[in-house]
Amino acid sequence: MSDFSEELIRSKTEDDQEESCVLSGTGMYFPWLQKHIDTVETGGKKEKDFAQTTSACLNRIQEALLKHQWPQAAGYMHSYFQILEDSDSHKRQAAPEIIWKLGSEILFYHPKSNMETFNTFADRMKNMGVMNYLKISLQHALYLLHHGMLEDANRNLSRAEMWRYGEKSSSQEVLINLIQAYKGLLQYYTWSKKKMELSNLDEDDYAYNTASQTMLNHSWKTSVNLGALIQTPGVWDPFVKSYVEMLEFYGDQDGAREVLTNYAYDEKFPSNPNAHVYLYNFLKREKAPREKLISVLKILYQIVPSHKLMLEFHRLLKKSEKKDHHKLGLEVLFGVLDFAGCTKNITAWKYLAKYLRQTLMGNHLAWVQEEWNSRKTWWPSFHFSSFWAKSDWKEDVALACEKALVAGILLGKGCRYFRYICKQDHQVLRKKIRRIRKSVKKHSIVNPGL
Amino acid sequence: MVNVCKCQKEFKERCTQCAAVSWGLTDEGKYYCTSCHNVTERSKEVINTGAIPNTKIQAINRGLKRKRKLERGWDWYVCEGFQHILYQQVEALKTLGVGPELKNEVLHNFWKRYLQKSKQAYCKNPVCRRKVTVLEDNQSHSDWDSEPELLRDFSCPSFAESGTESQPDGLAQKPFPISKASQSETASICSGSLDGVEYSLRKEKGIVKMTVPRTLAFCYLSLLWQRETVTLSDLLRFVEEGHIPYINAFQHFPEEMKLYGRDKGIFAIESWPTYEDIYKKMIEIAKFLDLPRFPDITEDCYLHPNILCMKYLMEVNLPDEMNDLTCQVVKMTGVGEVDFLTFDPIAKMAKTVKYDVQAVAVIVVVLKLLFLLDDNLEWSLSNTAEKYNENNKEDKPRFDFRKWYQVMKKSIDEKKQEWEEARAKYLWKSEKPLYHSSIDRAVAFKRREMVVDLQKQFSTLVDSTPTVGRKKPSSFQFNWAEGDAARTCFHGHSLQGILQNKGQSLTTKNSLYWLSTQKFCRSYCKHVTTYEESNFSLSYQFIINLFAFLLRIKTSFLHEEVSLIEKRLFKTKYSKTKKKSSRSRKGRKY
Repeated sequence: MSDFSEELIRSKTEDDQEESCVLSGTGMYFPWLQKHIDTVETGGKKEKDFAQTTSACLNRIQEALLKHQWPQAAGYMHSYFQILEDSDSHKRQAAPEIIWKLGSEILFYHPKSNMETFNTFADRMKNMGVMNYLKISLQHALYLLHHGMLEDANRNLSRAEMWRYGEKSSSQEVLINLIQAYKGLLQYYTWSKKKMELSNLDEDDYAYNTASQTMLNHSWKTSVNLGALIQTPGVWDPFVKSYVEMLEFYGDQDGAREVLTNYAYDEKFPSNPNAHVYLYNFLKREKAPREKLISVLKILYQIVPSHKLMLEFHRLLKKSEKKDHHKLGLEVLFGVLDFAGCTKNITAWKYLAKYLRQTLMGNHLAWVQEEWNSRKTWWPSFHFSSFWAKSDWKEDVALACEKALVAGILLGKGCRYFRYICKQDHQVLRKKIRRIRKSVKKHSIVNPGL
Repeated sequence: MVNVCKCQKEFKERCTQCAAVSWGLTDEGKYYCTSCHNVTERSKEVINTGAIPNTKIQAINRGLKRKRKLERGWDWYVCEGFQHILYQQVEALKTLGVGPELKNEVLHNFWKRYLQKSKQAYCKNPVCRRKVTVLEDNQSHSDWDSEPELLRDFSCPSFAESGTESQPDGLAQKPFPISKASQSETASICSGSLDGVEYSLRKEKGIVKMTVPRTLAFCYLSLLWQRETVTLSDLLRFVEEGHIPYINAFQHFPEEMKLYGRDKGIFAIESWPTYEDIYKKMIEIAKFLDLPRFPDITEDCYLHPNILCMKYLMEVNLPDEMNDLTCQVVKMTGVGEVDFLTFDPIAKMAKTVKYDVQAVAVIVVVLKLLFLLDDNLEWSLSNTAEKYNENNKEDKPRFDFRKWYQVMKKSIDEKKQEWEEARAKYLWKSEKPLYHSSIDRAVAFKRREMVVDLQKQFSTLVDSTPTVGRKKPSSFQFNWAEGDAARTCFHGHSLQGILQNKGQSLTTKNSLYWLSTQKFCRSYCKHVTTYEESNFSLSYQFIINLFAFLLRIKTSFLHEEVSLIEKRLFKTKYSKTKKKSSRSRKGRKY
């Protein structure tokens, strides 16, 4: 690790030292001024050809990578390594990271590269200076994971975990946490494999006891490893999920709830819909009261109104006794159908058709109008154009019927979509269509007098 | 010391590391080589206890010596370093076929003269010695094998000293005078050479300080003096292709000439030499050395425009017939006259002709006379030539500018790409890493090792397509062959159809001409004109780019030269040019 530690202390570039001495003959020395004069004299071309070579080389590597020309990229890489000897210490210090990124990319895809080459390269780059050890270790471990070398990855992570340089800086801390968490994830993986084995064993079997014992062991280590990372703000979905699974398995419901609640509600964490999904699913498993479930999904609704859980949310709201929940139920349905990805969701349309009727029967015309007002300018062409009528009818008659009903209620029976569907003479659906006509006549919010 | 002599008698094999026969004893009684410190497995049998005090002395002695060796190596001066580079360069030129007189007489004399003028040697009080206490007991017999032959005849300071040190006999063990030791210690902080620090600080008015680029200026001066068949652009291209040592030339210094600290700033080079820069330096040095008028450049010299034009016409695949025209332009402009061509540093306005650039400029002017290069006439002439060639397949083909352009464009693009790739892949760093001080040493070496390791690993992944081995040195960069469609040779094509008979003389069919430069810059900015590419026709741009790449010079540089030739050719026009429109009508008779 001694390699470049001196560089960390030395901030001045070597060339600067030299130049300052050479140019000080005039008596006064202004580094910035001198540099300025130099560039003026040479027509703005102060750069040495060495620097031109390295920058041209870098460009060509990037180009080759883009075009997936791995051998060419390796060829330029061969020359690019000399930047590690650049006399400009800034460039020299930034180089290892660039080299690692480009080099690992090349070695990952190069047909002639193999695990061994990659490992040698990673080990070498890790030990170049102290700035990149953790980052490269982690990426190296991910590479090994990708190739199914769990053991090696684990060993790598353990080694990185033990590594320290100087005082633990904040950036180091995050990385160490991450490394530990990945270790935890690996342990979780073994644990869940053990769990599978266990489920195949008979409880009275002798092997069962030992197996459950080792499992317990693993889970303890894992929880230690995962715990630290989960405390720091960030998006840690896979870690949280596996952690909670283990906690739940050993009956620590309170622990699991705490973790999930913290993950979902702690304001320091970035907004993350999955956090709420996990919490909701957990609470559902726990059979938590409806009120509680609704409050979790309310937040999810605010973040992702098109989430697939929203239909479930609608059902919960419908069942609720509160009036404002009923109103929200309508909002949620409209919200889901605002999204292009949900336009063909038949359940959503069915719910909407049904709920519209229900709402109107419950004399809440105002609620419907409130939702409709903001949408009447664009929903007709977005959902109810004659193009959609034709294609919906062709693809999914049931969907078309539900949509026609909604269209009729919202736009009146003059609307194209409704008219098109009604015109279709369909043996089986004739009855249904008649029913739709009737509903529309009764509930349409357009000209409610008729 | 007694011990050393004794050992020598007892153990006479050559050292496996350095082949020297000079053995000492370690504390453990094992033999070690006093010149490279290789310790052998052989040990001396201790016969009597009387040897013990002796080994003690030996051990102390070795300790001092080893330390010194590691950090310092020989004592040497910066000018010796340059001398070594010049030696390598001139040797390389010799292998390229330059006559031996270049080294033994010309460069040798120039260099002697330089040392004298810059007061480094051959004078009463040489600069580099002023602050150094010189050894009184100087054993000045030197049999240093690797010493450049060039140096043999003159005793540059310190060679005797370094020679003594390398002597594999008992004399090497002689204790150093205290004054010397203290000097070396202070010097060793900042440079490997004795005067590296002082040298980089030295600033004396009127003295041209030696730099690595100036070694090339010296080479070119000697080539010019000898009227060798190497132009400046050739010389620089040979440097670029690695035929002449330049970048990292210091790595071929003898092992014992250690470089570090300030030496790095003096000897490490991280840029290619440029034509303009070396050209300027050459004149500067010639003036500084106060050289007399150079040997005349006459019509039979390689550097005469007539011959160079022929060479470049061949190089760029243009018809041989054009040579008549270039000769006429040379004659009319007077650029072929001896007084114009011969370099005279003592003259009031010392300047020499850029022979290669000028020759190429003449060709450009001829191309403009023939084809106008206005993106119009050259193509219509091509059409007629093409038609003619189709109908008269038996005849000598007429020169078809379009075909030529296609062939040249392809070739030059390939060459340029190759060149750019080579530049992007160029490895700048020497095998011997340079460091600033002994503290840096380990880091620098470690870094080098790491780079080499990584390079080794990636070299197995490089495309296995056979990389073209180092190009053989040649004054030609292209090779044109008849029959190969991609490299059609146009040398034998005729200019019929472009020239026409008028009475007894031939005239260009085209009677128009446009001047590359309307106005010359009269201020003191030193350049005659500027070249804004987009203001010119595409054909002209192509031609300028083509030649500029061949000579590895900036396009603007060539454009200037073209303008200067035109200025001489159309003297009368230029005087009236203010009133005339941009396109001057001019029919030229030949």
